[in-house]
Amino acid sequence: MKTELLNVKHLKQHFPIKGGFLGRIVNHVKAVDDISFTIYEGETVSIVGESGCGKSTTGRAIMRLDEPTSGEIIFEGSNLLALNKRQMNKKRKDLQIIFQDPYASLNPRQTAGEILEEAMEIQNVVPKSKRRHRVIELLETVGLAAYQADRYPHEFSGGQRQRIGIARALSVNPKLIICDEAVSALDVSIQAQVLNLLKRLQREFKLTYLFISHDLGVVRHISDRIIVMYVGRIVEVADKTSLFEHPQHPYTRALLSAIPVLDPDRKKERIILKGDVPSPIDPPPGCVFHTRCPYATDRCKEEIPQLRTAEGAAGGHQAACHYMEEIQNGSMERAYS
Amino acid sequence: MTLVNKTAVLEIRDLRTSYFTEGGEVKAVDGISLNVPKGKTLGIVGESGSGKSIMALSILRLIFNPGRIVAGELLYNGADLLKKSEKQMRSIRGNNISMIFQEPMTSLNPVYTVGEQIAEVYQIHENMNKKQAMSKAVDMLRLVGIPSPEKRVHQYPFELSGGMRQRIMIAIALACNPDVLIADEPTTALDVTIQAQILELIKDLQQKLHMSVIIITHDLGVVAETCDDVAVMYCGKVVEYADVRTLFTAPKHPYTVGLLNSLPRHDVDKEELEAIKGSVPSPFELPEGCRFAPRCPHAAKICFEQLPELNKLEDRSQVRCWIYTDKWGQQPEVNRTP
Repeated sequence: MKTELLNVKHLKQHFPIKGGFLGRIVNHVKAVDDISFTIYEGETVSIVGESGCGKSTTGRAIMRLDEPTSGEIIFEGSNLLALNKRQMNKKRKDLQIIFQDPYASLNPRQTAGEILEEAMEIQNVVPKSKRRHRVIELLETVGLAAYQADRYPHEFSGGQRQRIGIARALSVNPKLIICDEAVSALDVSIQAQVLNLLKRLQREFKLTYLFISHDLGVVRHISDRIIVMYVGRIVEVADKTSLFEHPQHPYTRALLSAIPVLDPDRKKERIILKGDVPSPIDPPPGCVFHTRCPYATDRCKEEIPQLRTAEGAAGGHQAACHYMEEIQNGSMERAYS
Repeated sequence: MTLVNKTAVLEIRDLRTSYFTEGGEVKAVDGISLNVPKGKTLGIVGESGSGKSIMALSILRLIFNPGRIVAGELLYNGADLLKKSEKQMRSIRGNNISMIFQEPMTSLNPVYTVGEQIAEVYQIHENMNKKQAMSKAVDMLRLVGIPSPEKRVHQYPFELSGGMRQRIMIAIALACNPDVLIADEPTTALDVTIQAQILELIKDLQQKLHMSVIIITHDLGVVAETCDDVAVMYCGKVVEYADVRTLFTAPKHPYTVGLLNSLPRHDVDKEELEAIKGSVPSPFELPEGCRFAPRCPHAAKICFEQLPELNKLEDRSQVRCWIYTDKWGQQPEVNRTP
């Protein structure tokens, strides 16, 4: 039986835009607009989407690095948003985050060892006398050597710095690690090393990952389940095989078809979307994708589609589109291709 | 299929570009010879620090202190660009050879409208007056697929999305109908659906305008989709040079094989990625023999001692690796299967 670790309910994150006379709030960026999902213990769930879809905002909201506008974040049965600041700081022992740019997220004036010890000190997980020993153990776990504990971040390569970021997250024995574009800044040969490391650590320490990425290749490799976001909303959720083999939402279909394939002989049918992603300041009414969707009808412009399982789709595979069945059986006309 | 055997519009011969820093000489581009076939696309792939962008800048002679093009020839329609005066070079840039960069926001001027920036090209290169140039700018915007170009021409770069800005860059680059377009990571900063639009646009314009294109990228997927010939670079040197099909169906250099194996795929499941061990060496401490030897799973004694040449093989691809030479047979106790 799968145990729920994290349950996000109706999360909204609206950032105010100030402007005009007296700096009043003139509008909101609806970065995340009413999303709900569940993460079970020991699995890897990914959030994919293009820039500005709200995937990183979701990660930050779960950690309460930005205070969400509304919603509930239930972690092991208790609502994180109901905790006061002190309680939340304690709770962060169980929830850790790894950022994209390891250079910006490590203090340049601290050695790798000090960075790791500081994390342990804040959460008080290891007695002072044993911290040094634990630092070396952690460095070795992530594939660095003991002598590197006294080096500063600038003395490491990009891949090694990301390993320090991972070691820091591990230092407090967390249950959930949010990886926000954790491998995006790395070259492919180094990216593969770090991905393999993350997978190994998950097996060893029974970790749960929320993996945020725009790279669908990486996402397929690391995930059990995938959430696709578009302009602040979830458009599709499925386990990875079902998502990649049978995408339901027209946005997911276009997204998957846009990825270049490694085989120069394979000319696949590509759906090239027209136009750009709409601004989250004034997201389109109805389905957020209707401005670019080749199948959009008048209904899509008015009625917001809810996540549902299409007829004939695998259990747990949900998408938010009014016309999944019709698109699947080919009875919908494309406005353009 | 073999390397495109067409007249080369641009021939790069033994190009060497170095940076003279306090720490010593960095050979960013170290003896590269490539052909840019007419009307075709040459891809240059490599990871950060492989020298691919410096090579592109060298073609346009945009190398500044402490960098210098140390040796080589850049034959554009037979004439050596390295022998041209700076004035001649200025008329070649944009007119004959053009370039687009990764980050369109930093390469566009924020205080001029996009129309003015395209028009400037015509004013400088074709001596048009502003009115003529602006109407040509509108035509260019239409060509690169920007909706309502008459309106867009008066907008500033910050008013446009990333994909739109890259279209503007392309419009500027192609304004004077160049023979060669150098695209340095043209889609790296863009989302995947926008990347598809831009790559499609470049391919489409290449056909219409009969251009040769050099695409510089770290993304093997982009290479597979757009290029005819491909050169793989590692630490300033070409390690493999082949037509795109040969490169993807029969990769030869252990580095190329490693890159392909370490890539997570969206269309295939892999349990474990075969990562290349170690990391790219510092340009100040390049290994003595083959530069990939310290990371190579097949490396033998000779690999650590002598740098292999770029050898032509039977399928006409070129590989810089001892495995593909006669000397390899004499190497003791190594895995012989490449």
